[in-house]
Amino acid sequence: MALTQEHIQLRLSEKFGDLVSKFESPYGMLSFEASKDQNLKVLQFLYDEADLNFQFLTDITAVNYPDQPGRELAVVYHLHNLKDNVRIRLTVFTDILSPDVFTVSKLFSSANWMERETYDFFGINFVGHENLIRILNVDEMDYFPLRKEYPLEDQTRIDKDDQMFGRG
Amino acid sequence: MTEAPEGYPGEGFFSTRLSDVVGLARKNSLWPLPFATSCCGIEFMATMASHYDLARFGAERVGFSPRQCDLLMVMGTISKKMGPVVRQVYLQMAEPRWVIAMGACASSGGIFDTYSVLQGIDQVIPVDVYIPGCPPRPEAVLDGFMKIQDLVGQESIRRRNSDQYKALMNSYGIE
Repeated sequence: MALTQEHIQLRLSEKFGDLVSKFESPYGMLSFEASKDQNLKVLQFLYDEADLNFQFLTDITAVNYPDQPGRELAVVYHLHNLKDNVRIRLTVFTDILSPDVFTVSKLFSSANWMERETYDFFGINFVGHENLIRILNVDEMDYFPLRKEYPLEDQTRIDKDDQMFGRG
Repeated sequence: MTEAPEGYPGEGFFSTRLSDVVGLARKNSLWPLPFATSCCGIEFMATMASHYDLARFGAERVGFSPRQCDLLMVMGTISKKMGPVVRQVYLQMAEPRWVIAMGACASSGGIFDTYSVLQGIDQVIPVDVYIPGCPPRPEAVLDGFMKIQDLVGQESIRRRNSDQYKALMNSYGIE
């Protein structure tokens, strides 16, 4: 029997009750939200249960919603059940002032670099990660560039050669 | 065949300036080090291949060790994280050494007006010739290479010991 979205939703709701919510299916991909201290438990459940079997972590990323107070940062996990070829998406929201989310790198080794990247660009503090340092940007960078906190062009930049762009 | 430098010919001898002879030898046997990070590198491959054939200019021997090469060709976007690597490669080259910045990205950052991209490699190393284009055609690369040949051929053998050159190096923090 193929793994249906209804079945996944039912199993999650049975186990976690109100802690998982907002089930929807944009473009046919089951997406839902979990409270942020449950992310590891939900992923572990999806991993361990024989009928769910979500054992491949496709991606971790984050989104910044500056106009949602207390829920500014969303950490998104993309999971893949390779056996039934079903993909789902889990989102947890966190406050930008204390962006602490439990690491899943003990469950998925591939999460190690993906969490470093998410930290690098959004400043999510993955609690328990063994080596949470920048991975793509220069080590000296003192901000998180993909947060929506900056004007499109920074007028105070000094590394730009204006002569090259006819604005000198 | 290349033109003989200006000089005084006679029966069984030819006298000319040492600088001219050294320049002639250097400019027709440049060893390029391709530092290709993106699409300009692909265009350079076309330049090296049979149709455009950079070997006609004596640059047959593309080396992949900075210690053997005397022409660093930086081709493509250099991110700020890559900047120290370019600089390291440049420092590992022996004098005399020349640098070509090929394409908009290497010359000025190009379209990547962003926090992560170096806005021109001349912020970390001195550049002799800039080749504009995005990417430049192989003809443009050949033209840039010939400009380098002109510089190399006319360079005095004392230039690298001059105070002016030392000041240039010091402005990049290179001893």
